[in-house]
Amino acid sequence: MLDTFLKSLETGSGFWNPLVLGLAIIIALLLIYIIRGFGKKDYKTGTEQTKAFLSGNPEYSKDEMHVKGKNLYWGFTQALKSVYNVLEKMHNGNTSDYVLWFVIIIGVLFIIIGVI
Amino acid sequence: MNWFELITLHSPPLIVAVPLLAAFLTPLVSKINDTVRNLFVLIMLSITGLLVLILGYDVLTNGIRVYVFGGGAPLPSGMNIPVRIMFEIDSMTIFMVIITIILALISILYSWSFMKDKDGLDKYYTIILLLVTSIFGMELTGDLFNFFVFLEISCITSCALIAFYVNKKESLDAAFKYIVISSIGALFILFAIGLLYAQYNALNMATIANAIQFTFFDKIVLVLLITGLAMKSGLAPMHMWLPDAYSRSPASVTFILVGATLAGLYGSLRVIFTIYGNQLLNTGFTFYPGLIIGIIVTALGVLSIFIGVFMALKRSDFKKMIAYTAVAEIGYMFLAIGSYLIGLALSVPDNPQMLIAGTYALKGGLFHILNDALDIGLLFLVAGAVYYATKQTSLNSLGGLARNMKYTTIFFLIGLLAVSGMPPMNGFASKLLIYQSTYQISPILSIIAIICSIMLLAVFVKVFQSIFLGPEIPSLKNVKEVPKSMLAAMALVACIIIFIGLFPNIIIDNLVTPAAEALQNTTTYISTIVGGT
Amino acid sequence: MIYNIPFIAVVAMIFIGLFAVLFKRNLVKIVIGISIIESGVNLFLITLGYREGGVAPIFTSAPSEVVKNAPGSMVLPVPQALTLTSIVIGVAVLALMLSLIMHIYEHYGTLDVRKIRGPEE
Repeated sequence: MLDTFLKSLETGSGFWNPLVLGLAIIIALLLIYIIRGFGKKDYKTGTEQTKAFLSGNPEYSKDEMHVKGKNLYWGFTQALKSVYNVLEKMHNGNTSDYVLWFVIIIGVLFIIIGVI
Repeated sequence: MNWFELITLHSPPLIVAVPLLAAFLTPLVSKINDTVRNLFVLIMLSITGLLVLILGYDVLTNGIRVYVFGGGAPLPSGMNIPVRIMFEIDSMTIFMVIITIILALISILYSWSFMKDKDGLDKYYTIILLLVTSIFGMELTGDLFNFFVFLEISCITSCALIAFYVNKKESLDAAFKYIVISSIGALFILFAIGLLYAQYNALNMATIANAIQFTFFDKIVLVLLITGLAMKSGLAPMHMWLPDAYSRSPASVTFILVGATLAGLYGSLRVIFTIYGNQLLNTGFTFYPGLIIGIIVTALGVLSIFIGVFMALKRSDFKKMIAYTAVAEIGYMFLAIGSYLIGLALSVPDNPQMLIAGTYALKGGLFHILNDALDIGLLFLVAGAVYYATKQTSLNSLGGLARNMKYTTIFFLIGLLAVSGMPPMNGFASKLLIYQSTYQISPILSIIAIICSIMLLAVFVKVFQSIFLGPEIPSLKNVKEVPKSMLAAMALVACIIIFIGLFPNIIIDNLVTPAAEALQNTTTYISTIVGGT
Repeated sequence: MIYNIPFIAVVAMIFIGLFAVLFKRNLVKIVIGISIIESGVNLFLITLGYREGGVAPIFTSAPSEVVKNAPGSMVLPVPQALTLTSIVIGVAVLALMLSLIMHIYEHYGTLDVRKIRGPEE
């Protein structure tokens, strides 16, 4: 009876049960809540105790401090610049190029299936 | 027979006819009031949902069914060649029809308040009901030319819906590209259907499947049909219309367009497994074409996973990133189907382990159709909610929205975990099946699939940090939460995702396994029509 | 040999139509190319059904020797139904494409297919 309850989602080489994992996540969230309760509760809002510390640098307006979307993963995109050049040239907005890819695939598949 | 058996007997054409009737009555009803029109559309789709449930229960317990238009059941006496249009319903059809009706109902619920202050809404509801009719028709039919007519209806109506924002110039551009590519693909499909009729003098799928050989013209027909239908479902390198069309249309329209794309995938499954089943799935030859088709489909699937994930990493427009993710997910489904064909080929000289791995890959691919439609749909609904609240979609100008829109953040978190395959959401269940079964066929495929899944997580973490976390931007200070009907639609999808993720066995045993078995043996499909009553 | 000329014409029309779609830059010329491809496919469907020395497939008031060995010397009727459906679908698609071109010209001011692309971001 316990065996059929635990045995769910059988793949080709084993099985895996999501209910056990859900229980583990709930226990982990409970632990996080308990650890958070160990923090200090006596502080004064509005004074120096709640300002962010930026190693002595001044803080600009909120608009310029937020890391924008196009600046993330800059290292990844710069390192693979050759691959991205080819991909960007494939995806220009030209309608005729889209139909050209369709006809190229038909031609290639004709040759492969016709020969064999 | 009592009324319940009467409805069950006539439910296949009623599923197509009820939305069609509602589509033509909607302009009349909308002259009364706006709320009455919304309620009318919702009630008509609920009636269709009831019919789908009745038909599904009947097919899953009693087996395959045939509905002949304009004659007795199954064929009039004295005729041994089927010359009428027939609907043939087996378990694979029921699986796709259930997905479609869930997508349609949630989209209408979402567009109750998403489209409240826009103009021309009676035409919008009419065309959405026509699109739903054409998707149902594509999935229920058993006749090739009927399939072509419904395919053309879905092309025309979805082009009209993509160009909904007529005052912006990008939507018109995307609609024009979509209609050019779709009509060229449909014309090639019509050419292939004409060639098949010239050889075998029949348009019925079961009759052609019974008599098919692999001559020179059959090879031409196979290439044209697979390429045309794969282009409609978004396989690389013919996927280029998909990011433009998905990202420049309203969010509730994109939710149904996902259903139209999956109907194209269903069409290619019918061509490979049912019409050409006797040639491609036969293990009696020595070097036979199933292996070639399997290798081609797997290669195109891996290519589209790569292109989808790499292009999604560089973009900064919210909806375009989700659209490129949709291209990658279609690649996963085609990878699973190709693995089944290769596994069937390699298992011929006494190696049955490959066939078991191939069967689990097929089940994983079919289960992934359901999961992918729900996950990508939830992400598009969240993107629509952000656009409704702030009127912007670019990542460079948004930030710190989690303070004002709490529920939307939670739904986006659920969608993020589900798309990238994290347990215990439903994405993990189907992707685990695909990983473990493609590993036994060739380890490189499994490694590529896992790496690209992790990169999808990277893509959406970037989106989450840019839009929802961070300090509060002064220009977005008074952003309010979205209205209640949009929240209800998103909550419904999230509940279904969590339910399927926690209890995947219920769906696999009752819906996916009968569908996989219906695709694998073609003799049941053929003998119901050709072998007599 | 003379009965193969319609099939050669079909292949020529499809190739001319594909050339116009792939290599021409004006939007209206692309739409004309699609219309030529559609005419080629319709011609192929009608040519399928031809039987040598056949008459139109109508039974009322036909000559008596045609009725005696029917359907031997009649042309096939099914491809003609397919062609009618296809012509109607082609008309609808053509009307949709031309109305989209009218709106595009109002917004962009040009009909060059390389210049109408959205913001690349």
